[in-house]
Amino acid sequence: MADHHPTGIKRWLFTTNHKDIGSMYLWFSFIMFFIGGAMAMVIRAELYQPGLQFVEPNFFNQMTTMHGLIMVFGAVMPSMVGLANWLIPMQIGAPDMALPRMNNWSFWILPFAFTLLLSSLFMEGGAPNFGWTFYAPLSTTYGPPSTDFFILGVHMMGISSIMGAINVIVTVFNMRAPGMTLMKMPLFVWTWVITAFLLIMVMPVLAGAVTMMLTDRHFGTSFFDAAGGGDPVMFQHIFWFFGHPEVYIMILPAFGVASEIIPAFARKKLFGYASMVYATASIALLSFIVWAHHMFTVGMPLAGELFFMIATMLIAVPTGVKVFNWVATMWKGSMTFETPMLFAIAFVILFTIGGFSGVMLAMAPVDFQYHDTYFVVAHFHYVLFPGAIFGTTAAVYYWLPKWTGKMYNEKMGKIHFWWSMIAVNLTFFPMHFSGLAGMPRRIPDYNMMFADFNQLASIGAFALGLSQLFFLFIVIKTIRSGKKSEDKPWDGATGLEWDKLPCPAPYHTFDTPPKVD
Amino acid sequence: MAIRRKLFAGLAVVLSGMLSFAVQASADLNMRPGVTETSVEAYDLHMAVIWVMTIIAVVVFGLMFYSIFAHRKSKNPTPATFSHSTTVEIIWTAIPIIILIGLSIPAVKLLVKMESWDKVEPDLEIQVTGHQWKWEYKYLDHDISFFSNLKTPREQIDNLEGKVGETKGENYLLEVDNELVLPANKNVIFHLTSKDVIHSWWVPEIAVKKDAIPGFINSTWTNVPKEGTYRGQCTELCGKDHGFMPVVVKVVSESEFAAYIEKKKAEKVAAEKAAAEAAARSWDMEQLMTLGKETYEAKCAACHMVNGEGMPPTFPALKGSKVATGPVEGHIDIVVNGKAGTAMAAYGAQLSDAEIAAIITYERNAWGNETGDKVQPADIQAFKAGN
Ligand code: HEC
Ligand code: HEM
Ligand SMILES: [Cu+2]
Ligand SMILES: [Cu+2]
Repeated sequence: MADHHPTGIKRWLFTTNHKDIGSMYLWFSFIMFFIGGAMAMVIRAELYQPGLQFVEPNFFNQMTTMHGLIMVFGAVMPSMVGLANWLIPMQIGAPDMALPRMNNWSFWILPFAFTLLLSSLFMEGGAPNFGWTFYAPLSTTYGPPSTDFFILGVHMMGISSIMGAINVIVTVFNMRAPGMTLMKMPLFVWTWVITAFLLIMVMPVLAGAVTMMLTDRHFGTSFFDAAGGGDPVMFQHIFWFFGHPEVYIMILPAFGVASEIIPAFARKKLFGYASMVYATASIALLSFIVWAHHMFTVGMPLAGELFFMIATMLIAVPTGVKVFNWVATMWKGSMTFETPMLFAIAFVILFTIGGFSGVMLAMAPVDFQYHDTYFVVAHFHYVLFPGAIFGTTAAVYYWLPKWTGKMYNEKMGKIHFWWSMIAVNLTFFPMHFSGLAGMPRRIPDYNMMFADFNQLASIGAFALGLSQLFFLFIVIKTIRSGKKSEDKPWDGATGLEWDKLPCPAPYHTFDTPPKVD
Repeated sequence: MAIRRKLFAGLAVVLSGMLSFAVQASADLNMRPGVTETSVEAYDLHMAVIWVMTIIAVVVFGLMFYSIFAHRKSKNPTPATFSHSTTVEIIWTAIPIIILIGLSIPAVKLLVKMESWDKVEPDLEIQVTGHQWKWEYKYLDHDISFFSNLKTPREQIDNLEGKVGETKGENYLLEVDNELVLPANKNVIFHLTSKDVIHSWWVPEIAVKKDAIPGFINSTWTNVPKEGTYRGQCTELCGKDHGFMPVVVKVVSESEFAAYIEKKKAEKVAAEKAAAEAAARSWDMEQLMTLGKETYEAKCAACHMVNGEGMPPTFPALKGSKVATGPVEGHIDIVVNGKAGTAMAAYGAQLSDAEIAAIITYERNAWGNETGDKVQPADIQAFKAGN
């Protein structure tokens, strides 16, 4: 009875099971990751050498825009929701998410939203070409006709995210097993609850921004048009009020993943659990008052620039606390280095490098030199690729036995790790240098002095792209012919999902809540 | 384990490759200090943060790698059991706060200095206007203004002159027809704005980067002590040719600058005279078509393309277009006055009457638009007069 479920297409269309929905989210995000990745390959191929080789400048702009949008909204965010679906109910001892039907809906909106967005590539005038930040008036008065499809697409994914966030909050606050107090919850659950609050706060702001764009484009308003009394800079304020918390939405769940995996392989309790929770909450709170650090060159009043500079530098403090706690967790542990641990360690190191360049960017007078150059591209890829993506990758290796009952091939996992690790640095480290040397971002062609670093980055990018195909191969191979996993493949793992459930976890779990002491 | 050793060896080769490469290319590895007081201070601050971050990295990653080495299961089979320490946690919250305060003091000072354009005594004021995709400079004290267009030939960009790299000049994509000329050792105030979308005016060597925003004016300043030519680019995505609108500033001595202004003034008078003469005489078809083609390809082809087919629907085709084959009035109107709220700018003040007449004639007769119409500079004058 426990494992009964419908089969065929109906299982997936009508499912309200958190595990099915989690799997769909993860596969969806994986597909989007490859589509966005293919676009990155187009960008890097064009930038392999100076001169225009493969694409026209306008199409190049479409590629950077769609790459950014798809990676952020299609790859990273759904992957985190997928993890939340799979893990949160099992980790808090709940039978499912609190609002299972809404869960189904929030997933099934996504394929439509992204079909809409991707279809704009084939429209007259092409896809959106104004960058993933879609600054007005480039995206309003000057946007291609497909901008309206983009707006509708953003609305749809926003609705999906808000529903996903509501579901997480309701689940966590109402469905914890008896004895699972808030301060006993695994950190992954904590980071996700905080993320969910961020989502609920900022996704409506994004919706407001695109709605104002829509009325500016078609209904005669001029929110962002100075000629009608509006202000294009206001767009940026609204966008980044969403946009900065958004970067934490992408990274906080990955923090949670690292905080699960590192203790498991160090065979030692997480150091400073409470301070981890408080640090995450402070990062989230601070993320609401730093947005204009993306706008130091727009001509804000000096007082504003000073405020946003100081506030931004402050974020380094709780972030530092997290990093120190991870290192202290490893300290005097008894570590082994299976693939999830390798990815988690790489996550800590490379994310921290992104944090260092983040502090540099926070210093407004120097940011004037960094802003909108490849230095910024290097910075945010360090926090996104080895940050968010490596975090998810570590999670997949760690929980794959729980999800599928099969064990991945350790040797292949290690090859995947070293391959990605080298490629990711080869791709993104040189971008620091081309940025410092003066190369602006979002350009399809450049002076000879940037040529060497771009070539290096392109070679790295192709290797990185291939390494991710290898990851796909490993995952499929594990599902189809992986060795059967033991019920507890990681001897250091803790938590309800490892202690109380077998591998694979049955279709329905915790119909009667476990007891937590 | 053999495979692990091989991987490490591979990693070592790659890293040492990167390192030796980095040393070779070290000239382009770092931010350049630039030539102004503020750019040098920004550079110093940049180096200071890099060092602080490097030290933190060495300490934190050092401890981590030590732990990875010493606290692995094979070396340390029983893990310790501690899981928090209030003292340690207070210490590592306090130390970063102190470091950040240390960094923010010079940052605040420099920021105040860079942003206090209204406190410096101005010697020269320049209005910088961004257009898709060129810069316009106006010397506010001298009533001189001009456009600054990319000078790199299309063939180099499209790699038509043989192998890539061979023919690309040193200043590929960083060269313009008219540089902004500034006097050395003078306080120059820039007022930036834009005619269409947001652009951003950046010259790394003088550490000035400021957005040019339509409908608003942003101001900033510099004082360049050293003569020379400084190159930068637009840094805010502004549409198709965002990568092709460089900024070039040429700093000269005070006397050279005075001579430059005189020359520009004389050029302006001469140009006005030539334009008046050109407008007064009647042009034959061939003359119009020749000048028209040349001017069209320089000024209009970025959007409407050399073959007149544009990039519909963003930039309409002129080949077979209703405007270019319909009544002449309408055609003159859109070129002279532009179309508000679109990328089509008003060229009435940017081009001479003869050039406008020539372009319009060209557009009405090229690419199979065989209207046979001939538009004279006098027609443009008459249109403007009646406007
Ligand atoms: C920055 C891009 C850009 C440049 C450069 C440009 N145009 Fe345009 N042009 C446009 C756009 C956009 C329109 C469509 C305006 C509208 O919505 O009606 C247009 C429309 C026109 C039209 C009307 C076409 C029609 O069928 O509606 C003519 C004629 C024209 N431009 C001539 C010129 C000439 C002559 C030049 C050079 C002096 C020029 N344009 C330079 C963007 C540009
Ligand atoms: C193989 C992996 C990747 C490569 C080679 C790559 C490459 C690039 C490059 C070269 C740009 C800059 C384009 C430009 O400014 O001209 C860019 C932009 C961007 N990338 Fe990636 N990227 C990769 C993965 C990712 C991932 C995983 C994410 C997010 C999670 C991401 C998010 C972004 C964003 C948000 C932008 C900004 C887009 C914009 O300028 O509007 N990228 N990428
Ligand atoms: Cu931010
Ligand atoms: Cu630009």
